[in-house]
Amino acid sequence: MQALQTQIDALISQHQSMPGALLPLLHAIQDNVGYVPESSYNPIAKALSLSVAEVHGVVSFYHHFRTHKPGRHVLQICRAESCQSMGSEALEAQAKKCLNVDYHQTTTDEAITLEPVYCLGNCALSPAVMMDDEVYGRVSAAELEALIAEAKA
Amino acid sequence: MTIKVYVPRDSSALSMGAEKVAVAIASEAKKRGLDIEIIRNGSRGLYWLETMVEVATDQGRVAYGPVKVKDVASLFDADFLQAKPHALSLGLTEEIDWLKKQQRLTFARVGITDPISLADYIAHDGYKGLKNALLLSGADIVKTVTDSGLRGRGGAAFPTGIKWKTVLGCEAEQKYIVCNADEGDSGTFSDRMIMENDPYVLIEGMTIAGIAVGATQGYIYLRSEYPHALVTLNAAITLANQAGYLGNNVLGSGKAFHLEVRRAAGAYVCGEETSLLESLEGKRGLVRFKPPLPAIEGLFGKPTVVNNVISLATVPIILDKGAQYYADYGMGRSRGTLPIQLAGNLKHGGLVELAFGITLRELLYDYGGGSASGKPIRAVQVGGPLGAFLPESQFDTPLDYEEFTKIWAVLGHGGIVAFDDTVDMAKMARYAFEFCAIESCGKCTPCRIGSTRGVEVIDKIIAGKDTVKNIKLVRDLSDTMLNGSLCALGGMTPYPVLSAMNHFPEDFAS
Repeated sequence: MQALQTQIDALISQHQSMPGALLPLLHAIQDNVGYVPESSYNPIAKALSLSVAEVHGVVSFYHHFRTHKPGRHVLQICRAESCQSMGSEALEAQAKKCLNVDYHQTTTDEAITLEPVYCLGNCALSPAVMMDDEVYGRVSAAELEALIAEAKA
Repeated sequence: MTIKVYVPRDSSALSMGAEKVAVAIASEAKKRGLDIEIIRNGSRGLYWLETMVEVATDQGRVAYGPVKVKDVASLFDADFLQAKPHALSLGLTEEIDWLKKQQRLTFARVGITDPISLADYIAHDGYKGLKNALLLSGADIVKTVTDSGLRGRGGAAFPTGIKWKTVLGCEAEQKYIVCNADEGDSGTFSDRMIMENDPYVLIEGMTIAGIAVGATQGYIYLRSEYPHALVTLNAAITLANQAGYLGNNVLGSGKAFHLEVRRAAGAYVCGEETSLLESLEGKRGLVRFKPPLPAIEGLFGKPTVVNNVISLATVPIILDKGAQYYADYGMGRSRGTLPIQLAGNLKHGGLVELAFGITLRELLYDYGGGSASGKPIRAVQVGGPLGAFLPESQFDTPLDYEEFTKIWAVLGHGGIVAFDDTVDMAKMARYAFEFCAIESCGKCTPCRIGSTRGVEVIDKIIAGKDTVKNIKLVRDLSDTMLNGSLCALGGMTPYPVLSAMNHFPEDFAS
């Protein structure tokens, strides 16, 4: 806990003098810690002369930021129109069933957090999914199964 | 002699295994004692052929694709390094019909060069536009952009030169250039391709914009879903700074231009320019009332140019070749070229840059090759999630801003998503409302409440409850959203909804 606070304090001091510092700071915290802990709202608010409510408001506005620890891997399935035209609904159903979670939830073994995403810019190769920072195109049921198995291993 | 082999680093190519293919080619060459140099170029945008591997020959580059790791050994067996035939041979890249017929101006270098290499950029006509711009006054640069006829490629199609002129005319101690790289529309990827595959053209375009209007700081607001673009842009910005193309004294001109990438955080509405500015300032991405225009009171209250990636990336060629060169392409008031993205259920998806005027039908069948599933194409959505669905009877419409307005549709950012005959248009209309509900910033009532009510009413129609009454209700609601919303998110969600109801009424009947 103490270590986490120290890490967050260091990130705050690195970012607080930037113009429009809040988003870059929240990104830095999530990149390093995996999520934006609510315990960071107070020190962030103090450093950036904001209210805690304003910090909370920003964190909750953006889909990208999460306030709880994710699984070791994050699997995002594209729900947008292009992927729908190539059968992404079947992939969504498959992932939910196979992982036994709904969107925004993490598997019991903490291996995978499942998230929806609205376009990965891989629309010529729909359907697309993203595992951590890697995009996969023309994803078949078998390929999704293999990706999940690899992430769980 | 070292043979040059090209394996793309574009993220769509990576999504088809390009990284593993590059590794396999390197290790196979080593095993066979062959001297090769692997260059990680951008993608040519023939995505159904990714991973497309090219080999440099005296006649030009020769392509093979789609290459999988399992094909690598047989390519070596067939002696592909000497451009010998193989089952995956595509011939000379430049002679591939799909590519050859295009008019690549903004995308002139994409797929050809190593995106990170500044030397490669300069060797392929890079920074000629900036050098010309530095010899001109700000007003003359703005005039050149205005005369080219370039209109905002993000979707709103507002003349770029007019925006710049407003900012140029403002007196302020600080002005900004903001690049809207929050490319959230489904079916679009041209911004991503520029940023991953030719980042310097965007950097050059922003620098020219800064010099023109007197702005010394630029921000690229990049969507968080594009991690590869982030890495590439940052690498290119570092090298451009080191080489004096950015910084306090751009090419010794005494003029400063600094550039920084800022990551968005997954909110679609932040592609709306005022919401984007709020986000850059570190706030919730709530849409602002206009006026004041961002050109007068934009980022941190200062005069700000906000342009889409493609608009800015098109500026260098205009300053290099002249306004008339660019304006000679196109039709009517839609001048120049449009990087069109073929997506969804199409056999040959990818990037097609052509002058305005080509028809949807030519794009869907001559370039797209028809549907990927082999079934008839029933509907296409042009211009992202806020664009209208068009039926087959409208496929002969030429791509032109005004022609699309006439049929109550939009070109938007040039994305075309095809659906085959298995699509349920009532479900698509429901999704349009659902997406609006998820992404609404919540500031105005028609969008915030209307989108949720829209989902509920469409659900009733799908369930066959009071269909006639509920269809009328959706039309009334759409009218309110169209006329009463603060920005295009609520204001244009009725486009997909009503076009689906108008052109495909059979899907809404009980």
